[in-house]
Amino acid sequence: MAIRAMLAAVRNRSFTTAVAPRYRFLSTLVLAEHEGGSVKASSLSAVEAIKSLGEDNSVSILLAGSGPSLQEAAAQAASCHPSVSQVLLADSDKFTYPLAEPWAKLLHVVQKKGNYSHIVAASDSFGKNILPRAAALLDVSPITDVIEISGSHLFVRPIYAGNALSTIRYTGSDPCVLTVRSTSFPVVSMSAHSISSPAAIEQVDLSTFSEDDAVGKSRYVKLSSQDTERPDLGNARIVVTGGRGLKSAENFKMIEKLAEKLGAAVGATRAAVDAGFVPNELQVGQTGKIVAPELYMAFGVSGAIQHLAGIRDSKVIVAINKDADAPIFQVADYGLVGDLFEVIPELLEKLPEKK
Amino acid sequence: MKIMVAIKRVIDYAVKIRVKPDKSGVETSNVKMSMNPFCEIALEEALRIKESGQASEVVAVSVGPAQCVDTLRTGLAMGADRAIHVDYPGSLYPLSIAKILKALVEAEKPGLLLLGKQAIDDDCNQTGQMVAGLLKWPQGTFASKVVLDKEKQVATVDREVDGGLETLCLDLPAVITTDLRLNQPRYATLPNIMKAKSKVIKKVTPQDLNVEIKSDLEVVQVTEPPKRKTGIVVSSVDELIDKLKNEAHII
Repeated sequence: MAIRAMLAAVRNRSFTTAVAPRYRFLSTLVLAEHEGGSVKASSLSAVEAIKSLGEDNSVSILLAGSGPSLQEAAAQAASCHPSVSQVLLADSDKFTYPLAEPWAKLLHVVQKKGNYSHIVAASDSFGKNILPRAAALLDVSPITDVIEISGSHLFVRPIYAGNALSTIRYTGSDPCVLTVRSTSFPVVSMSAHSISSPAAIEQVDLSTFSEDDAVGKSRYVKLSSQDTERPDLGNARIVVTGGRGLKSAENFKMIEKLAEKLGAAVGATRAAVDAGFVPNELQVGQTGKIVAPELYMAFGVSGAIQHLAGIRDSKVIVAINKDADAPIFQVADYGLVGDLFEVIPELLEKLPEKK
Repeated sequence: MKIMVAIKRVIDYAVKIRVKPDKSGVETSNVKMSMNPFCEIALEEALRIKESGQASEVVAVSVGPAQCVDTLRTGLAMGADRAIHVDYPGSLYPLSIAKILKALVEAEKPGLLLLGKQAIDDDCNQTGQMVAGLLKWPQGTFASKVVLDKEKQVATVDREVDGGLETLCLDLPAVITTDLRLNQPRYATLPNIMKAKSKVIKKVTPQDLNVEIKSDLEVVQVTEPPKRKTGIVVSSVDELIDKLKNEAHII
């Protein structure tokens, strides 16, 4: 403990110019999410991303919540990656719901105690909501939606709906606060790691968690979500998306049937969600979900810039649209100009059953 | 209650952007600029709340060089009562914008601060959360519905999140950032555009607000994303299935 405090003191000395890369001791705090006793896949991607920050990085995973599912998630986190040296648990009903105010305050408390060089979370709606607030409490500029880590303080992120990439260097003091795009940091399968011994699990001291912040000024009411057996859009191998061309919510069922046949997730364009064909959590695009499946099939999708922003990293893009001039054909690997109301039934008939 | 709305001037959403050959940034000269679509939605929401009798005044603010005034004029033409331009010759990162907004909030004391969830140029999605943290106000981000209860001084916000639609209840004053489906912004009518010419736009600087601009980020370069290989057009479902099976090896 004394050594850590000493190293923390060394790290916190202010340096005047910090242009030349120096060897810096790295210690990263990962804000992880859990559900049903498991650490979420997006958080595991964040842990994977950290490898690119540099060698000699000690990784702590922060989990919060309450009850047995928290303990289960902690056990999983302790063995999820060889570089994880510590799991911190904040066990309190303050963290039952993903409210930004208590969670940002928690990060603040944990950072003040642990003096991490980096704080990382996945760039999903949880991370996007909380990390910038935490960065403001720590008086640092966050770097969000990182798709590539080129150095301990050098990052690439998309701008202008992914039509340009910005390489940013963080020149401030610790901590460097990041959110990373899960699709850019795929998780290496567990069997590839050899975990010699699981990390230690420690309780976060919440006695200093004062209520002078906005904690208590927000209350969680409910979450309305669609009950579905379809795989999660964020990490499905195949995604089948419908656009305005489907014309009705009833017709959208064809997309679902095709998705079922392929074992795929269902996606939608903004137009389809605005028109009420499907709920918002299916939206793919600049301000919706970013996907990078092996196969992305778009039916009745025109291919607006903002939609393409969400699918750029798909391995193979297939587009079916009646309009041969639709912009989607410019990014599609395989395009078929045709009526989706004829193509989808034909595909349903001719596609092999999923393995 | 006063509502403050922060708006940003950005390259119009329909423009096909070009990366400068020297990789220093994106070409913005001679390019159509507009109010950020999410900011328009934020302003529209503020105007609706005022029109429903729950707020007395809508103040639009923008940070940046002189041309911001054009965007503020559009805001006034939509119906904002007055505007504040924080004059700064370059571009600022969200942390600095948040500090400026905090200073403005402390001066103007609004009951609600509305922002777009993200600007379509940098796609940061940070400013609203940061200013809420600095102000110690609760935040409702990615809002697709806002219902104010003036009596109880709370805002019930529906948020679009990964899992669906989340409903939160926030004590006022609060920060809310707007998502696409919150509303459809109005067009400024010609009479309102004319009226807007006589509305006040106050100019201040970050120094006037005692805000120190901290610079802890540096753009090293801006590049184009890797281009996808040109695809092909197939002529039948049979050909498509064949390609997916035997060429792409996906099914």
